[in-house]
Amino acid sequence: MAAQYDKTPVLQTKNLVKRYGSVTAIDHADFELYPGEILAVIGDNGAGKSSLIKALSGALIPDEGEILLDGKPVHFSSPMEARALGIETVYQNLAVSPALNIADNLFLGRELLKPGILGSVFRMLDKKEMERRAKDKMTELGLMTIQNISQAVESLSGGQRQGVAVARSALFGSKVVIMDEPTAALGVKESRRVLNLIKEVRDRGLPIILISHNMPHVFEVADRIHIHRLGKRAAIVTPQSHTMSDAVAIMTGAMDLGSSEEEAA
Amino acid sequence: MSSTNTKPSTAVLDHDKVADQAQSYVAQFERKETFVQRFQKFLHQYPIAAPSIVLILAIIGFSMIVGGRFLHPFNLSLILQQVTIIGVIGVAQTLIILTAGIDLSVGAIMVLASVVMGRMAMDYGFDAWLALLIGIGVGAIAGFINGLLITRMKLPPFIATLGSWNVFFALNLWYSKSETIRSQDISAAAPLLQWLGETINVFGARLTYGSLLMLGIFFVIWYALNWTPWGRHVYATGDDPAAAKLAGIRTDRILLSVYILAGVVCALGAWVLIGRIGSVSPQAGYTTNLDSITAVVIGGCSLFGGRGSIYGTLIGALVVGVFRNGLALAGVDVLWQEFTVGILIIVAVGVDQWIRRGTA
Repeated sequence: MAAQYDKTPVLQTKNLVKRYGSVTAIDHADFELYPGEILAVIGDNGAGKSSLIKALSGALIPDEGEILLDGKPVHFSSPMEARALGIETVYQNLAVSPALNIADNLFLGRELLKPGILGSVFRMLDKKEMERRAKDKMTELGLMTIQNISQAVESLSGGQRQGVAVARSALFGSKVVIMDEPTAALGVKESRRVLNLIKEVRDRGLPIILISHNMPHVFEVADRIHIHRLGKRAAIVTPQSHTMSDAVAIMTGAMDLGSSEEEAA
Repeated sequence: MSSTNTKPSTAVLDHDKVADQAQSYVAQFERKETFVQRFQKFLHQYPIAAPSIVLILAIIGFSMIVGGRFLHPFNLSLILQQVTIIGVIGVAQTLIILTAGIDLSVGAIMVLASVVMGRMAMDYGFDAWLALLIGIGVGAIAGFINGLLITRMKLPPFIATLGSWNVFFALNLWYSKSETIRSQDISAAAPLLQWLGETINVFGARLTYGSLLMLGIFFVIWYALNWTPWGRHVYATGDDPAAAKLAGIRTDRILLSVYILAGVVCALGAWVLIGRIGSVSPQAGYTTNLDSITAVVIGGCSLFGGRGSIYGTLIGALVVGVFRNGLALAGVDVLWQEFTVGILIIVAVGVDQWIRRGTA
């Protein structure tokens, strides 16, 4: 495939382990995300994919193994630290604050202050600048069907809200965007828009980790698919090399890709 | 899942085709909005509109019933004086209700702080400024205790402040020995404590410094809520704490800061209280708790947090003041004034629910 897979992975894990008492949630898992790709992570319930994702987003501290960002080892002790290094996560349903407006939501927790004394002493928000940047980002991602940047998020549809959450991650994520089931709560049309949005973000150079149960969605947008099973990577396939039923078979253990050294082929 | 049996490429195409043919108007209903529906929408869009309309109607109504006496600048400034304490304590209550909490101890914190201010200045002979500062410190500590109970012990705010209300009130009785410090004694030894009760004449209206301080507090808190990151975080915390946390807001810190700030505002209310009644009484301001909640609720704040504005509370306090004053001028018994305020609360919450239902 493309030359991007010869490069250093943007985000990588080696031999990652996490145990909860006698349960091993992550069992020496390897993981690589390359520049400019959408990597889907699929796996049956209990396969440990959410533990893996939590480790990548800083919500969980692994017991062993290492996480590499641009080839350098990193240690996150909170999601904030991961965010500070450019790893943004879009959560399934707890994404936004409904009573606040779009611009406020995009900058929530990372507000811009006015320059000079107004900002440093009076902590005054630079509302104009935040609205301008919010509008730019929403337009860039083709989301400006939303007419008014200062309308409350609760007045938006589910897909539009997800759009706000994605725009936020694209605004601040400098390295990686992790999306946890972004289409799970959406209807057909809305899912379609969010999928296009995901591709849009990828095309702008941000690699994406997409966690989803929805096989058609995964096979539509993913460049590669990481199949997680029993706490570790069972295989990496591509939508071109395998069918959905293959993927499900690997996921459930019905098919064993012991010979799958075609991984990044 | 049946689609897993198809080849991916065709499945995607099918999916696309079907999605594109989908009728986009499935969820739209042809309906003309009636006047009532448009009004409902308007009220939802401008939460300040409903209390403002009530205030204006009340002013018009009472000036017709009572006549010119009601609109006389003197009477209007009297109303302002009467709502000053509720207004100040209402600010504290608004902050807390915005975080989806409630503070039943605001009145007790105010009285406790006023007793501390009085005794520091009178019994211990401290400089009046120092006495004020100590009183404000007591307010801050009381708020801090409430905040700790809620953020560290995870008690529901209602229960935590129900307990601290009784504790603070008992401390107040103990510390004051249930004695009132007389007005003459204060004006002789520490006139600063009464300074907020002094009036200045503005075009026949007599404004107290206390009213000006109240307006000042409203302005400062309005600024903090609307123009600083802290204010956005207060709204986000009240609106959806889980989402706020995921956005990187340390919600416990925000809650703690809100309760401390509310305690400080209550202590400033204590200073206003001393100016208003002249003396320091451990029994004063007993109704302030519920009055403050009334002002906030009539002002359009949601008890579920995250929605509402600080100027709504100012208008809410004025509505209460206007009804009390107007009914009194009309010669209505105090009993029926209370009755009316009760009806106001119920109507306010009812209207609020109706507005929200309309645009869900």
